[in-house]
Amino acid sequence: MEEDFKVIDNYLMVKMPQEIDHHKSSYISENADRFIVRENVSNVVFDFEDTRFMDSSGIGIIMGRYKKISCFGGKVFAIHADHRIRRLLMLSGLHKIVEIMD
Amino acid sequence: MSNEMKMEFDAISANESFARVAVAAFVSELDPTLEEISDIKTAVSEAVTNAVIHGYDGIDHGKVYLRCQVDKDVVHIEISDNGRGIEDVEKAMEPLFTTKPELNRSGMGFPFMEAFMDDLEVISRPGEGTKVLMKKKIGCIPWIEDED
Repeated sequence: MEEDFKVIDNYLMVKMPQEIDHHKSSYISENADRFIVRENVSNVVFDFEDTRFMDSSGIGIIMGRYKKISCFGGKVFAIHADHRIRRLLMLSGLHKIVEIMD
Repeated sequence: MSNEMKMEFDAISANESFARVAVAAFVSELDPTLEEISDIKTAVSEAVTNAVIHGYDGIDHGKVYLRCQVDKDVVHIEISDNGRGIEDVEKAMEPLFTTKPELNRSGMGFPFMEAFMDDLEVISRPGEGTKVLMKKKIGCIPWIEDED
């Protein structure tokens, strides 16, 4: 599943799975952190194209990565988020720190 | 019309998806919208995850008990554990409050349950486990509903 993590320029692209819950979250967080350190990227892009389910664990993943990269001026982006995921981002206030793009 | 089901399963993270899918399948007889199904799945996932990582601390594998009842157009869900319980329920329910930030927990579990269900009640005491009661009405168009 390494192909879910790609580095393009200064961006780590994370292809989020179909279902994001606590069971899946440590795998995503740990791998993202490994890539951030190893490839020395400043920004993270979460791609929700395949995601059909997410709970607060997804919010935790994004918050955790934001904390890691924001102190070095990095940014977090969310792409292909459907209205459901957008709603979760809004409810948790993450839309203030995450740039949501189409 | 009333219909009830009960489940008991190990408090392991792999069962989080099993629990929410089982509840979604059970309530499908009410013909909920995709949105309503999604709301219920998220709420169940939050409550079961809490039991796994907080109730049993992710170590002591106890059991999670789930009861779901469909009563006319209302879904009642009860999720409980015999874990460590919650010291301050009010505090635990505050948005962004978490006792496990190191596990990348967001502190949004209870707020999401509250947002996606019509009613949420949390009964807990230290050492006596936790019980989460949730309620949601399906197909909210009460003004054209029959008298009975």
